[in-house]
Amino acid sequence: MGGWERFVDTFFKPALIERYWPAILDGMWVTIQIAAAVVVTGLALGLLLAVIRAYRIRPLTWAIILCVDVLRALPPLVLILLAYFGLPNIGILLSAFTVLWLVLSAVLAAFTEEIVWAGITSIRKGQWDAARSTGFGFTGALIFVVLPQAIRLAIPPLTNRTIAITKNTALGSVIGVAEILNRATTAQSVEGNATPLAMAAIAYCLLFVPVVIAGRWIETRFGWRRA
Amino acid sequence: MDLLIDQFFNTAIMAQAWPILWRGLQMTLLLCLTAVPLGLLGGLLVALAGRVRALRWTVVALVDLLRAVPPLVLLLFLYAGLPFAGIHLPPFLAALLALGLNASSFYGEIWRAGIDSVGHGQWEAARSTGLGHRQTLTAVILPQAARAVLPDLVSNTIEVVKLTSLASVVALPELLYSADMARSVTYNASPLMLAAGLYLALLWPLVRLLARFEHRSAGSR
Amino acid sequence: MSSSAARPILEVRKLTKRFGTVEVLKGIDMVVAEREMVFLIGPSGSGKSTLLRCCNRLEEPTSGHVIVDGVDLMAPGTDINAMRRRIGMVFQQFNLYPHLTALGNVSLALRKVLKQSRAQADATARAALEQVGLAARAGAYPADLSGGQQQRVAIARALALEPTVMLFDEPTSALDPELVGSVLSAMRDMRAAGMTMVVVSHELRFAREAADRVVFLDHGQIVEEGPPSQVLGTPTSERARAFIADLLH
Repeated sequence: MGGWERFVDTFFKPALIERYWPAILDGMWVTIQIAAAVVVTGLALGLLLAVIRAYRIRPLTWAIILCVDVLRALPPLVLILLAYFGLPNIGILLSAFTVLWLVLSAVLAAFTEEIVWAGITSIRKGQWDAARSTGFGFTGALIFVVLPQAIRLAIPPLTNRTIAITKNTALGSVIGVAEILNRATTAQSVEGNATPLAMAAIAYCLLFVPVVIAGRWIETRFGWRRA
Repeated sequence: MDLLIDQFFNTAIMAQAWPILWRGLQMTLLLCLTAVPLGLLGGLLVALAGRVRALRWTVVALVDLLRAVPPLVLLLFLYAGLPFAGIHLPPFLAALLALGLNASSFYGEIWRAGIDSVGHGQWEAARSTGLGHRQTLTAVILPQAARAVLPDLVSNTIEVVKLTSLASVVALPELLYSADMARSVTYNASPLMLAAGLYLALLWPLVRLLARFEHRSAGSR
Repeated sequence: MSSSAARPILEVRKLTKRFGTVEVLKGIDMVVAEREMVFLIGPSGSGKSTLLRCCNRLEEPTSGHVIVDGVDLMAPGTDINAMRRRIGMVFQQFNLYPHLTALGNVSLALRKVLKQSRAQADATARAALEQVGLAARAGAYPADLSGGQQQRVAIARALALEPTVMLFDEPTSALDPELVGSVLSAMRDMRAAGMTMVVVSHELRFAREAADRVVFLDHGQIVEEGPPSQVLGTPTSERARAFIADLLH
């Protein structure tokens, strides 16, 4: 067997590709579902926390900072294992899918809060003054004047962070969520061949390369010139 | 409440698990202390290669691929896939390589932004005083670039340290692997809590430092 | 113009403001009548901008009263947001919303505070932009407007709410000299239309020509006040004389 044939046989064996592509495709669908759920809940929750923090109510602010710091400092896999193996011992039974969704949403929310909050604090005081002078209360000024600008500033860093965290859906394979990587490792251990893993890598590329390129585009093109 | 304490904050079990967690922590630190410099250096190479016109699109494509593939997939591919091609990497090397490659792509983008942020005048000034290209880069440009993107470098370093926990999946006895072993033996989540505490001790100062950076940059605007 | 019979629109009574231990305003008493244009002048640090910002409580006075059209802004029951709507303010740095067009800047409060329909708010906003000569630039973003145009949009933003009184905080200090004229002429038009105005500014020539009264502040106190010809022409205090001579060279 020549080198090329051996390479193909190891990583791209046609028979295995044919056998497993439906499973990988199913895995992609699961990955998309979790990723979408995480993006929606994570961003919404993070935005809400940043808004709450804007009111500068001491105990709430401290609680938010504490949670955000912990979620930023802990590896998501630690949180996933803690939730998946720890919670049942105190009577809380969650499916692997739910654990993955909750943990990744919480992590994304923490980063979102931090990024949006940085955006809010970077809006000049004059913007608040102008809004208040036209009769907006604090909440009105926040929602209609400050937040739209803060979110705009937050979009480039937020895009990158969101991509990084949705890629963590692969961690679900460790607790048996039937996403791409999980299907691939299962197939690989059955077949004793690297083809399923190569297929997984390609599946992730298919899903995320367009997102990464879109993120790059957003980073350079988004935002407006400041007056 | 008692159940919660018994299952998550059981000091007896924590004490019992401490010796293996301590060894795990050392392995984690070893991985950090090799993977972070490797990533910083690799990232620098990526950024510099990206400035060479002939290599530019190859570098962009590689970086985008590395950013698209989850690090765990990369790690499993190196550890469990390559053996089929006759390349056997021990867990540590596989983890180091996966982390290094992943981190290089992210550090690379950061270095690129940093180098871009240094004005062209700095190059001209340095070259006009007789410094060569390499000297200009290392003595004039990179120090300024590093300062400009320090918060991003710190932020990515936090991510790399967190990613070392993935090595537990390929049975490298680092902190999380050790804690999960102890967890599976004792049927108790306290070792995992202890590991979480150790990760916090390791990374909280960096997270706070980062928050400080963000606050300062917002204040100066 | 400033006949004593005219109704008072803005009354400041015994107003003080302390920042920590520094007393910036030391008991200011001032009355601005309907249709009157009053200039506040004084060296930097005299407290004139703080006084102006106390007039709509963007700065919280330490003690004293601010009464606008008969309503005490400091009274506990006063809806300050409703009152601020009636007190237009124009800022040194314009403070236009960069994410909105000129029209969006002017119509935002109409829609979200006054709850007008989009069509109604847009019509009001267009009329206000028309007044400052910028109807043609309604769709432009602040970044695409010159400083003078931005400041006129800011004036339109305040005008659209049909304020009872307008406060100007150094409206031309951030402008290139050649752009000052357009803003001053917009202010001249407002005065002709009968707007009550309080202006913090160093444009003494404009004060001499347009103001009904000039108030000179120093160290948080009113040192002199009167018609521009008197305060600017024959100032009695040494501080005022030096300050005015400096500005008019």
